[in-house]
Amino acid sequence: MKAIVTVMLKNGVLDPQGKAIGHALHNLGFPQVGEVRMGKIIELELAETDAAKAQTAAEDMARKLLANTVIESFKVEIAA
Amino acid sequence: MKAAILLFPGINRERDMVLAVRQSFGAEPTVVWHKETELPAGTDLVILPGGFSFGDYLRCGAMAAQSPIMRAVKAHAERGGYVLGVCNGFQILTETGLLPGALLRNAGLRFLSMDTMLRVERNDTVFTNKWEKGAVFRAPMAHGDGNYTADEVTLDRLEGENLVAFRYADGNRNGSARDIAGIFAPNLRVLGLMPHPENLVDPLMGGTDGKPLFDALAAA
Repeated sequence: MKAIVTVMLKNGVLDPQGKAIGHALHNLGFPQVGEVRMGKIIELELAETDAAKAQTAAEDMARKLLANTVIESFKVEIAA
Repeated sequence: MKAAILLFPGINRERDMVLAVRQSFGAEPTVVWHKETELPAGTDLVILPGGFSFGDYLRCGAMAAQSPIMRAVKAHAERGGYVLGVCNGFQILTETGLLPGALLRNAGLRFLSMDTMLRVERNDTVFTNKWEKGAVFRAPMAHGDGNYTADEVTLDRLEGENLVAFRYADGNRNGSARDIAGIFAPNLRVLGLMPHPENLVDPLMGGTDGKPLFDALAAA
């Protein structure tokens, strides 16, 4: 079973990389781009058949290591 | 004062730290590999030097915070032992939870390798008592992720409890909240800062601005 953990900077936390990407997109001729936020996706292969257990385990992993909850929020999705 | 300097893979400032400690303490520090589970017996001060532990994978300091030795460092801090973290060492201390907040990518996105000036916010601590309060000294900095951040409540608490150790005094180049360059834990026995006092401890290095930190620790 696969867990997909998405980690993003919390709203209100400055995201200089997102800003730089936004500037670059404007320079490339995409004036419609507004705010850009950058995060990361971590895919975990889990030896687990129960989706609820996989969800709980991945959330525990996110809190303990994958995200720094001082500055980041996370979301876990379970894929079959 | 017996010092232990922690070595994680990717750390590159441990020899600078050994030099600074040797010079001020008149005694050799022990360099401790991160896989150790115990600090050397009688360790008073644990130093986490700068560098790029574990290649800064995931987040700066995130991997090192999980190393076996950090359990012993937490116990040492809980016993009231002294801990100093510089640069990546500061990042490791925030990732471990020994200091509040986090260090984000520099606001201007550039890696900053230059001297900065630091203001001493209080001099009644074991780390800073060789400086005058309000003294400004030069310290080299070399970091890509030195943008100190914490929520407003935490920042207000740091200010209210007088736990800001150093502030940038000549411009805030990395975007740190409230110009914060270094902070203390509430018991004033844990200090983390981004710039490198250990790189200015001998006239041959171009100055001795950072030496008071090590002289103060040596006298503790």
